[in-house]
Amino acid sequence: MDYYISTEHMTVGYDGVPLIEDIQIGVSRGEILTLIGPNGSGKSTILKSMIRQLKLIAGTVVLDGHSISELSERELAKKLAIVMTERMRAELMTCWDVVATGRYPYTGRLGLLSAEDRQKVDEAIRMVHAEDYAESPFDRISDGQRQRLLLARAICQEPEVIVLDEPTSFLDIRHKMELLDVLKTMVSARNVAVVMSLHELDLAQKVSDRVVCVANRSVDRYGTPEEIFQDDYIRQLYGIEKGSYNSLFGSLEMEPAEGIPSVFVIGGGGSGIPVYRALQRNDISFAAGIIQENDLDWPVAHALAAEVVSVPAFQMPDKAAVEKAKELIDRCGSVICCTDTFGECNQACKELREYAVSRSLLTEPSELFEKVKKEEK
Amino acid sequence: MEKRGHIRLWIGFAGLFAALILLVIWNINAGSVHLPVSEIIEILFSRTGDNAAIVWNIRLPRIISALMLGGALALSGFLLQTFFANPIAGPFILGISSGAKLILSLTLIGFLSRGVAVSSFALIVAAFLGAILSMGFVLAISLKAKQMSLLIIGGVMIGYICSAITDFVVTFADDANIINLHHWSQGSFSGMSWSNVGVMVIVVIPVLICTFMLSKPISAYQLGEVYAQNMGVNIRLFRIALIILSSLLSACVTAFAGPISFVGVAVPHLIRSIFKTAKPIIMIPACFLGGAVFCLFCDLIARTAVSPAELSISSVTAVFGAPVVIMVMLRRQKDHI
Repeated sequence: MDYYISTEHMTVGYDGVPLIEDIQIGVSRGEILTLIGPNGSGKSTILKSMIRQLKLIAGTVVLDGHSISELSERELAKKLAIVMTERMRAELMTCWDVVATGRYPYTGRLGLLSAEDRQKVDEAIRMVHAEDYAESPFDRISDGQRQRLLLARAICQEPEVIVLDEPTSFLDIRHKMELLDVLKTMVSARNVAVVMSLHELDLAQKVSDRVVCVANRSVDRYGTPEEIFQDDYIRQLYGIEKGSYNSLFGSLEMEPAEGIPSVFVIGGGGSGIPVYRALQRNDISFAAGIIQENDLDWPVAHALAAEVVSVPAFQMPDKAAVEKAKELIDRCGSVICCTDTFGECNQACKELREYAVSRSLLTEPSELFEKVKKEEK
Repeated sequence: MEKRGHIRLWIGFAGLFAALILLVIWNINAGSVHLPVSEIIEILFSRTGDNAAIVWNIRLPRIISALMLGGALALSGFLLQTFFANPIAGPFILGISSGAKLILSLTLIGFLSRGVAVSSFALIVAAFLGAILSMGFVLAISLKAKQMSLLIIGGVMIGYICSAITDFVVTFADDANIINLHHWSQGSFSGMSWSNVGVMVIVVIPVLICTFMLSKPISAYQLGEVYAQNMGVNIRLFRIALIILSSLLSACVTAFAGPISFVGVAVPHLIRSIFKTAKPIIMIPACFLGGAVFCLFCDLIARTAVSPAELSISSVTAVFGAPVVIMVMLRRQKDHI
């Protein structure tokens, strides 16, 4: 593989004590490499070693065919830019000034900006859509704006690699998406290689070309998002014991309520999901059905319900399933029906609803929660 | 924005220069012998007149010393503030001046008791060693203490220890020069000779130029070490350069004028508020000028307030400098809430 930046048998650690050994990862230009893994697993250590901030214990980092330790400070600065978690001290500086510090490797002895430098700073600010607050003091802007400006700063350094340590932490979802969007644009428009660590698995899965999983002081896996993001593996990587992770949706479900189910939820087509979650929140154990295994409701029902009456994907529920559901309804003693659209494929659910009505077991979620609360008192 | 910044710059520098010239003239003018401006100009250009000796032998060397050493102090403070990323760092507060004073006293007493005269350069070397020694202790504290105030407290304590040892040594030394030494250890610009001034200029001006040439890496370092390194600064070399430069400056001041308090903290802060920037390329010359103005002003008061007696320069600089330090700390506090 022809990587632009790669590590060869790299061992990283602090004060000569190895933390993670024999790391072999790399990324080409125009690609995004993302490090994921639990807190304290060593993602930042790897990143800091790759940018020469930390001394390697063994191995090399190769940048564009050269060992990174052989490059001069200035050469490295022209090839590699960073956005780290360390807070930048920018006393009495405007946002524009901060972005302009990216031009440092290109300016002369006294660091005066040329007209071309100024133009590049303006360009970088436009790229991250920060024109509106370019003249504001840097220490008066929001976290989201700050991250964007730091990215602009990295952009106007005109690097070939950008290394980012958890660039989306502390940002709200809108700013997370905007930041990654700019990064994506950088990668495609300027053919930059990106190495970053992310905590948001769903985003990592969507933006990365390659993913490195760091856990238990080792690189556990390294591959494409498709190879990495599998439910069981993510559970294991993060040691998730309570709750579950759905890698297709990138969503997390809490631990299901314990005990025998006391309500049967008739769902389908996504209508059941909010009710499942509400029941889980109220610590009410429930059963769900009848759901085809390609239904939107299925992953969540599977994660949260004590019991699910399901049928294989694209198959109509058979008699056995209906009987099983009815028997469950009797056992539960109450029924919530989440859907009022009944078509050819969910006639079985309609039948269950009628069954519940005939035995006057049908209830509304709110009634159920009130009842539970009263009982608790 | 850009334009307004430039105007502020010009006004700031013009103001500093005007204040400098005004204070120089005022300093020549004021004293036990009062000299009108017309006479001053005549003396300056012709070197003749009844009072030429007062101007040329006493007042002018003193003025130039205050100017040079004041600038050096302020610059040293700016460098230390940059180095420790701490707005109230300064050579006096961090105990660096006191360290220089200690080694200097030891050297002076050692030489004087053997009846050997000490040259100005030897004094600077001794003060430099003392400054570096204190700096070493402060650095050791800074490795352990991440909090801004802890570093300052550590520095103040080092200062006290050094002063205590100095007092101890001075008490037990037996020489007529002790009185002189005692006077000097309080801080004063009095009794400067032209040869002193020459040595000062030889030390301070090159350091000023070197510092100015470092303004680019200093600007990177201000952002934080991590970013500075990525921008291409060799952090290790840079830190060593900063330590040497700031120690040289405070050593030079201590060797000639003794420890002078608060100039190093107050002036860079005042300059930052006047110029509304922390850019080293502006801060370095402006701090130097500002320090010169500040010390000329304080020396004027020290000389004239209770004349014919003289105040120690530190008492005057403390009166004007310490409130600034309190202001800085309160403002930081406010910013953090």
